[in-house]
Amino acid sequence: MSTSSLRKTSAQDFELNSNAKQKISKIIAASNHDPKNLIQILQDLQDEFNYLPEKIISHIAKELKISEHHIFGVATFYSQFKFIKPGKHIIRVCMGTACHVLGAQSLLDNLSRDLGIDSGETTKDELFSLESVYCLGCCALAPVMVIDDDVYGSMTAAKVNRILRKYRKVAKPKQKKSGAIKK
Amino acid sequence: MSNFYSMVKQAKASWEDLQNQKKPVIYTGAASCGRAAGILPIIDELKELSKEIPLDIVEVGCIGPCYLEPIIGIQKKDSSTILYGNVQVRQVREIVENYLKKGDPQVDKAIGTLSGNGIEGIPSFWDHPMIKNQVRIVLKNCGIIDPTNIDHYLAMDGYLGLKNAVAMSPDEVIKIVSDAGLRGRGGAGFPTGLKWKFTRAEKDQDKYIICNADEGDPGAFMNRSLIEGDPHSVLEGMVISAYAIGAQKGYIYCRAEYPLAIKRFEKAITDMRERGLLGENILNSNFDFDIEIKRGAGAFVCGEETALIASVMGDRGMPRQKPPYPSQEGVWGKPTVINNVETLGTVPVILRKGKAWYAKYGTEQSKGTKTFSLVGKIKRTGLIEVPLGTTLREVIFDIGGGVAEEKNFKAIQVGGPSGGTIPAAFIDEPLDYEELTKLGAIMGSGGIVVIDDETCVVDLAKYFLKFTEAESCGKCVPCRIGNKQLLILLEKITKGEGTIEDFELLEEFAHTVSQGSLCGLGKTAPNPVITTLTYFRDEYIAHVEENRCPAKVCKDLFIYQVDEETCIGCEICRKRCPTGAATGEKKQPHTINIETCIKCDICYANCPAKAIRKIDKVEVQSVSN
Repeated sequence: MSTSSLRKTSAQDFELNSNAKQKISKIIAASNHDPKNLIQILQDLQDEFNYLPEKIISHIAKELKISEHHIFGVATFYSQFKFIKPGKHIIRVCMGTACHVLGAQSLLDNLSRDLGIDSGETTKDELFSLESVYCLGCCALAPVMVIDDDVYGSMTAAKVNRILRKYRKVAKPKQKKSGAIKK
Repeated sequence: MSNFYSMVKQAKASWEDLQNQKKPVIYTGAASCGRAAGILPIIDELKELSKEIPLDIVEVGCIGPCYLEPIIGIQKKDSSTILYGNVQVRQVREIVENYLKKGDPQVDKAIGTLSGNGIEGIPSFWDHPMIKNQVRIVLKNCGIIDPTNIDHYLAMDGYLGLKNAVAMSPDEVIKIVSDAGLRGRGGAGFPTGLKWKFTRAEKDQDKYIICNADEGDPGAFMNRSLIEGDPHSVLEGMVISAYAIGAQKGYIYCRAEYPLAIKRFEKAITDMRERGLLGENILNSNFDFDIEIKRGAGAFVCGEETALIASVMGDRGMPRQKPPYPSQEGVWGKPTVINNVETLGTVPVILRKGKAWYAKYGTEQSKGTKTFSLVGKIKRTGLIEVPLGTTLREVIFDIGGGVAEEKNFKAIQVGGPSGGTIPAAFIDEPLDYEELTKLGAIMGSGGIVVIDDETCVVDLAKYFLKFTEAESCGKCVPCRIGNKQLLILLEKITKGEGTIEDFELLEEFAHTVSQGSLCGLGKTAPNPVITTLTYFRDEYIAHVEENRCPAKVCKDLFIYQVDEETCIGCEICRKRCPTGAATGEKKQPHTINIETCIKCDICYANCPAKAIRKIDKVEVQSVSN
């Protein structure tokens, strides 16, 4: 995780309301309030909130009686954790070896150009996040792209636009969930 | 003790019932690879169908030939079970009805028969060219049994190895595993029995076992397939290992990217507890042991034992100096054994069939079988298992069917980012730990990626360096900075800006990184550079001296050009070009403006007449000069 994306976290407005706090407490309790289970706690938090806003990190630091530094130190070490709000659809391009030799880089470049973002970023309209991952383990279908849970195998750069169009079409203005994530 | 045997008897009876039941059964290959290929909508369709035709649906793991997925097997009483491959949702009803209702086995669509007396015109699945040259020991149950059904595993003689083990002393168990010659399947090939012995010998009463299921090599999925297809074999191995070393607690460290594998483990662990195969007094042997799953959070370096241990304890996955070895001071400072998924998956069969039986397979130094994921530019991609010592030729041509699209076999990349690229000239070398090390590669966890003439080895080395550079934890300077320098040099070469002197620098950096790094990641990170530079020096030289990428992969070194004679003027390239670089009138030869072309490859990939060529930039420049 680059520091530039960390900086973006402060710009984001996540409201740590009582509802969110309650969810956080539940997650920490499930791991016995034990800092030894920090990774698991962070994973559960991310499952719940889709990413780890700075406010949550500060909050759990107090709850677990450990420093924010330590939590960020652990969290940024692992590629799984996200600190900026992901888009509505997450596009993951497999960069495994099999996909690489069959043209995954070209696929990623074209996605990146089409969306106007680099890997690891989210489009301004928050519709798409682009990620590159190392091996999704379905090498027989290489090159592979996954959007949310839909797998697209034998991908080529030419197919990108058509597939994205499908998601763009059905995209409606995101509904605000009460208090969960406020824009 | 009759408890265990009556449980087995019941399990076998229920398995027999399933095989012989009147109601047809449809087996669906529903591991991650099958799901990616589209088995889930097929299962939905089958469920719909089951409202009309009585049938049971059983989800099984991966049977191996990924290129044929999605795969379904139809079992019909008094007939053979037939496997069908590349099944589309819209074909499901037809295939099922044809066989079950009309009795038509659809010879042309079938892959093979799985069981029964066979059907004329359909070969046995076990004679399929991809399968017949394999020896399936670890993968025996994968794609055959329902991984969520403990009775299926018991019916296949599951937990008999554990039963045998607890009747012996732990030292006897260790001796058997040592004598069988089992070596770690995670990469380095350390003798498993010896690892256990060291840990057992530690005086501390608290000991741990960790199952390393953090399969991180890009291009490798053997462990995931095994867990998804037969989780109990891994868990049984873990309990046996725990018994041998005297551990009371085990952790499974599994990639978070493998949600289905984690689910399979969770279900299996619950069932084991219920059946007295986990928890207190396992099989009435006074041996207590329990297992907890830890989800990895995405860090390649956690494949390194000491890093993995740090991660299990909730910390950054940074490796530390050894000694003390994990067998002395591991998780929570206690003696710990870390075994790979496949290693553990192999243990039960050794305890069941004996050391001599197992040692029959393989070579003098490398006993037994090894699973590989065979991918890249190969006809038959998939998950395979062969005795160690099998030659590359047998794996790539006999099992894999050779290179896809009849292209030239150039090399294999084995062992992932820590491994190396082995050229076609070594095709008759046996696959075992020592031979691969001699060639500069490593066995690794078993990912084999086949490459052809259209893969640039410099680009491939750059790809791996980009990976290891990003995954380096940053603790050791040679790894943190050296790999970055290697990457910069490779980028320079692939841009055509390199010089012959850079080769020396590459070699020097490679040496420094491998000698000066603490853990396996750094020590092996330069392997892809060293092997490609050794075996494919000409290709490197072409990049720096002629500014040419022979495979036409390095984008700075070639341009796209339309061959006017072949071009049919169909306008596809013009319409699809994202920058308007391709122009031309209908039915007239098109042209590509190299100034505005971004080399997205779309025109090249889509030209129906194959009229678009990749031309060395130098060639064009020399013509215009």
